[in-house]
Amino acid sequence: MTSLVELMDYDEVIEKYDPVLGLEVHVELHTNTKMFCGCANEFGGEPNTHTCPTCLGLPGSLPVVNGKAVESAIRIGLALNCEIAEWCRFARKNYFYPDMPKNFQTSQYDEPIAYNGWLDVTLDDGEVIRVEIERAHMEEDTGKSLHVGGATGRIHGAEHSLLDYNRAGVPLIEIVTKMIPGTGRRAPEVARAYVTALRDLLKALDVSDVRMDQGSLRCDANVSLTPKATGELGTRTETKNVNSLRSVERAVRFEMTRQAAVLASGGTVTQETRHFDESSGTTSPGRKKETAEDYRYFPEPDLVPIAPSREWVEELRGTLPELPWERRARIQKEWNLTDEVLRDLVNAGALDLIEATVVAGAKPDEARSWWVSYLAQQANARGVELTDLPITPAQVARVIELVNSGALTNKLAREAVNGVLEGEGSPDEVVEKRGLKVVSDDSALEKAVDEALAAQPDVAQKIRDGKVQAAGAIVGAVMKATKGQADAARVREIVLARCS
Amino acid sequence: MTNDLIHATAAELAAKIHSGEVSSVEVTRAHLDRISETNGKVNSFLHVDTEGALAQARKVDDAVKAGEKVSPLAGVPLALKDVMTTEGVPTTCGSKMLEGWLPPYDATVTRKLKEAGVVILGKTNMDEFAMGSSTENSAYGPTRNPWDLERIPGGSGGGSSAALAAYQAPLAIGTDTGGSIRQPGAVTGTVGVKPTYGGVSRYGLVAFSSSLDQAGPCARTVLDAALLHEVIAGYDEMDSTSINEPVPAVVAAAREGLNGDLSGVRIGVVTQFQGEGYQPGVLRSFQAAVSQLKELGAEIADVSCPSFDYALPAYYLIAPSECSSNLARFDAMRYGLRVGDDGTRSTEEVMSLTREAGFGPEVKRRIMIGTYALSSGYYDAYYGSAQKVRTLITQDFQKAFATFDVLISPTTPTTAFKIGERANDPMAMYKADLCTIPANLAGTPAMSVPSGLSDEDGLPVGLQIMAPALQDHRMYRVAAAYEAARGAFGGPSL
Repeated sequence: MTSLVELMDYDEVIEKYDPVLGLEVHVELHTNTKMFCGCANEFGGEPNTHTCPTCLGLPGSLPVVNGKAVESAIRIGLALNCEIAEWCRFARKNYFYPDMPKNFQTSQYDEPIAYNGWLDVTLDDGEVIRVEIERAHMEEDTGKSLHVGGATGRIHGAEHSLLDYNRAGVPLIEIVTKMIPGTGRRAPEVARAYVTALRDLLKALDVSDVRMDQGSLRCDANVSLTPKATGELGTRTETKNVNSLRSVERAVRFEMTRQAAVLASGGTVTQETRHFDESSGTTSPGRKKETAEDYRYFPEPDLVPIAPSREWVEELRGTLPELPWERRARIQKEWNLTDEVLRDLVNAGALDLIEATVVAGAKPDEARSWWVSYLAQQANARGVELTDLPITPAQVARVIELVNSGALTNKLAREAVNGVLEGEGSPDEVVEKRGLKVVSDDSALEKAVDEALAAQPDVAQKIRDGKVQAAGAIVGAVMKATKGQADAARVREIVLARCS
Repeated sequence: MTNDLIHATAAELAAKIHSGEVSSVEVTRAHLDRISETNGKVNSFLHVDTEGALAQARKVDDAVKAGEKVSPLAGVPLALKDVMTTEGVPTTCGSKMLEGWLPPYDATVTRKLKEAGVVILGKTNMDEFAMGSSTENSAYGPTRNPWDLERIPGGSGGGSSAALAAYQAPLAIGTDTGGSIRQPGAVTGTVGVKPTYGGVSRYGLVAFSSSLDQAGPCARTVLDAALLHEVIAGYDEMDSTSINEPVPAVVAAAREGLNGDLSGVRIGVVTQFQGEGYQPGVLRSFQAAVSQLKELGAEIADVSCPSFDYALPAYYLIAPSECSSNLARFDAMRYGLRVGDDGTRSTEEVMSLTREAGFGPEVKRRIMIGTYALSSGYYDAYYGSAQKVRTLITQDFQKAFATFDVLISPTTPTTAFKIGERANDPMAMYKADLCTIPANLAGTPAMSVPSGLSDEDGLPVGLQIMAPALQDHRMYRVAAAYEAARGAFGGPSL
């Protein structure tokens, strides 16, 4: 289906060109209601059940701004070190598309609520890059089209399309960076790290679900190449449909190698929207437009201007939670972590989980050890992110507690965790169902020890003769007989007592 | 009896219904009968809701019988412009595009009318999507002026005003974007009021030009208009542009005006709205009105509002720009007309064919003007400049109102013209709104009250009274005093 695209070797790309990035991120706010009406803002649901005259754009309907969405927009702006507009308006962006009920999107144009900010982004090796933010503005989401029939699932070639307006009118914040030049070889990584940092920030602000897989965080990646020979800014492409952090990195890298090949062969890069294909890791052009898009923006006459008072803005600044970078610094200090260890935890996506586990009662070392070793292995084996493992930090903390109280051995604890991961219930339920209790009944252990000694009389004699290290064989046999549910240290004590 | 009922004012009918002298059902039936007799000639109603009207009338009668306190206009029939949504009752906006559409919700104005016990007889004809000054642009045929069936009843709300003039209803609702309440009022000899922008909720008013549209009361007397004004006005949280202020006390002002004393009231005559292009009979009627206002004690002087000369061109950029966006939603996807959906055509082709077939020529003309005016590269020159003119007009009003309590002018340059006369000359048609547009651009209230008949053609003439924002009561007082002094001027023989 995809035609063969010429790509340039990545090293060669970097040798000849400087990539320039621009990232536009759309965030769906998780307010209770939509941007301009009282309909529930919920992901999913039976199609067209979260709708009303306003979000369906019925004749005569009017929008009313969701104050909570404005509040979230201001908090996002403040967290991104932006200036907050003293006065701004919504504007209509006019274009026809079936999933947009009014055939205009109520958005902001030349008067965004927040502008001129920055976000410091930490790369994998610890280097920090400051990404400048052009603006963050409020708008409404569109409905969803489902194109049925045809080969691509896109509108072109479809037999018919289904429209679901549940998403229409969901509050969106669009965050746009300024041009990000000078990242060279690391451009794809910078793109991913920026979206990651933004996601963590939005999560800390508790304004969005930030689920890329559900579309509550969406990234459009603008990429252009500046030939080192001329230094002239190249033509950019905008890649949409980038639905995971990994895809952000892959899409940027792909576009760099594709554009470089086009330029090297004497061609020109077409300014266009491209779609990223997750399975092939490639981008392909969107449908060609016959005419240049003219959105005919003008101030939204159905809404009054928004003029957040400075008092309110300062009050909201006061509500900003500990931001991710502040939190990292605090945790590093509290847990006494080296830069390297901290970075590994962050990169593994384990920091939140570990902190939550600590909050649930575990010690930092214990929590860290579970998440970066056994649980990381399990995630790896299942091919999922650590955060997607079906076990909660509280459950991990409970397992640690059971080990510390002596109710579970480390080996039994791993089995308890496996049970939780298999969906058998809470750690306590798994322990109960799988019968994972440490055998602490001395009479049962004494009986097992006596049997083991009787089975291996020569070993028993050696112990009695004072060769204490021989006790290991008996302990091993007892542990085997009790299926590992005995406390080995206690077994050893009993063995020595019996042979003394 | 029927004759008395249909010629009575709303205030008189309300008194009779509330005292039990007549029932609302009787009053309603009298008007429904009048509609069936005359609508074939006038074509003022697009839809008559006999069942709904009688059900509401019975409800009011029951309440009166039970001795319950009812609101001042309970039981009185009303004609509703077809641009206001009515749950389960057709709302076409005079367009093929919405033929058969049954709105799932009531406009705020509709809801308030229902809650006040007003009996909605049906929906009245209008220029398509309120674009026009003659009601000739309706997809359902023109409405005719009851004073002369060969003439236009004004527009866009020709149906509502013609219904009043034809005694089909004592009350009506109109909407006024550039004069669509006042100009029909003037040419049909009825009262039409455009309240302060934001005074009446726009929720459920199918938008033509959002920053200009304003619903208002239409009646045969100033007091009736005031009574209706207080029913429909007030802050609405569903309309962000509605004003969160107390409703001006227009009924009290109208009653005060009926005392006939305007001593100390300062009235400015807008010099821009006379002279060339104005029908001599209209100007003579206006001068007679000025004399009468003086006799009532008003202090009258000329006032110049130079920027008003640019109101018409500014309006014909702003209104089309907003309408080009507001009417984009009519795309065959969710409701209304769908053309060409035969399984072979793309979504865009179906949208395009539907809009081609569903919109009339005037609507298309305005969508094209607006699309052009908002295009990148032209925005500043057209839409931007028009907004600046709007500011200048607002400033001219502010200067004038620093000296005068109200301003007056003729409502329209001419009396009702003949059907077809200006149909192919948009510029001539647009000039019908010359005097009414400034108040829309400034968001200030304005009304038209009949100033009798033109001596040259015997057709009604309107006196326009304009007031500062939120001072709607001032114009009601002046209008009521003038109306009493003017006296009766007859009615159409239909």
